[in-house]
Amino acid sequence: MSENRYELNKALAQMLKGGVIMDVTTPEQAKIAQEAGACAVMALERIPADIRAAGGVSRTSDPKMIQSIQDAVSIPVMAKARIGHFVEAQILEAIEIDYIDESEVLSPADDVYHIDKTRFKVPFVCGAKDLGEALRRINEGASMIRTKGEPGTGDIVQAVRHMRKMNRQIGELVSLQENELFHAAKELQVPFELVQYVHDNKRLPVVNFAAGGIATPADAALMMQLGAEGVFVGSGIFKSKNPQKRAASIVKAVTNYNDPKILAELSSDLGEAMVGINEQEIQLLMAERGI
Amino acid sequence: MKIGILALQGAFWEHAGKLKELGVESFEIRKKTDLQQSYDGLILPGGESTVMGKLLKELDLFQPLYEKIKDGLPVLATCSGLILLASELSNDSNSYFATMPIKVRRNAYGRQLGSFSVSADVKNIGKVPLVFIRAPYIESVENSVEVLATVNDRIVAARYQNQLGLAFHPEITQDSSIHRYFISICKNPVPII
Repeated sequence: MSENRYELNKALAQMLKGGVIMDVTTPEQAKIAQEAGACAVMALERIPADIRAAGGVSRTSDPKMIQSIQDAVSIPVMAKARIGHFVEAQILEAIEIDYIDESEVLSPADDVYHIDKTRFKVPFVCGAKDLGEALRRINEGASMIRTKGEPGTGDIVQAVRHMRKMNRQIGELVSLQENELFHAAKELQVPFELVQYVHDNKRLPVVNFAAGGIATPADAALMMQLGAEGVFVGSGIFKSKNPQKRAASIVKAVTNYNDPKILAELSSDLGEAMVGINEQEIQLLMAERGI
Repeated sequence: MKIGILALQGAFWEHAGKLKELGVESFEIRKKTDLQQSYDGLILPGGESTVMGKLLKELDLFQPLYEKIKDGLPVLATCSGLILLASELSNDSNSYFATMPIKVRRNAYGRQLGSFSVSADVKNIGKVPLVFIRAPYIESVENSVEVLATVNDRIVAARYQNQLGLAFHPEITQDSSIHRYFISICKNPVPII
């Protein structure tokens, strides 16, 4: 990937900021998401809650299904590839996907290596639970980061934990003296240049979204107040009673995340949220995949 | 001098950074009460036009901003902002403010693989880096519109009265000359008869 292509790919993530990226499984859902104000959609055969329920090996989606969603909407379309499965990524690039999510929601294809994302022209977003993971993914060519959270649970606790940890670690790097950065790079297991960037700029070199467990407008606003630049909502929308209304409310909650009066209105009469599972009840921690 | 930046979704923060660098005060527009102050210009940033178009209406921002623009408030519109200003979209039945008599094609260069950057001359400004992200272009303009730049024979920048419409993203490059030009329009807007 040329330097220029990487800049263009980081720039697309900048254009998604302040927005909501919604998981959809059909062209009809994609249209509902677009009409509700999604800034992009994630096309996949099963949303994380159903992947969790079904068990078994979960793979990238049928390209034909993804293309039917590309044809249905004008906003960017993303799709997931398994961690380390660079051929699934090649297939997604061949159908001109706008963003690839190298995702722990699917079964990992490689237990050591992530995809060498620098070999692709299309952009990648990757999950991270802490600053080290985020910078390792960026070093591999990711042009956008999201918290891992815990997908398909409707439980926000892990996304909160990951965002807080990342922010705390960024704060720690910023407070270090220049000559302490070498050691920090060693501890985080990342290149010195990326540590230097975070130290100098007080932020990641790419856009950082929240993902994994967002089910309500309040969840979305919580993540924004904690410093997320936008949110992914997976199972939270189409597993709820009134997807249209909930989707539109989450979009507005991300725009006006600092206005409790507006948030109160947006949280009213939404119908039942997705049922959700608490973290103690989970059998499989997807966030532990690919570190 | 104070400039309002539509901050419903997209790259509004980058515009605020440019204005700060040039010593100009700005504020974010997210809800109706944000408009209870005087301002000399408006920026419509890049992002998704479908999101901004919808939120403008649902947050009751559309009508007050529309009237301001029609009455001559200087506007800098980049990428999706250009779509909001266009009087007609060639591949979409929606239109938004429709205050600029131009026809715009959405996602005109295709998906993200079609995104690109070049350096080109912009009239009244000079050579600047132009970054196109899933960008639109202007298919045609009425005579009253001044074409400011073309890339591969496609119009990518135009001015109509005090409205500056760009298909590209000056807010994410190192160059600040486009913002400087916009600020000069805000200082001396053309009177609307």
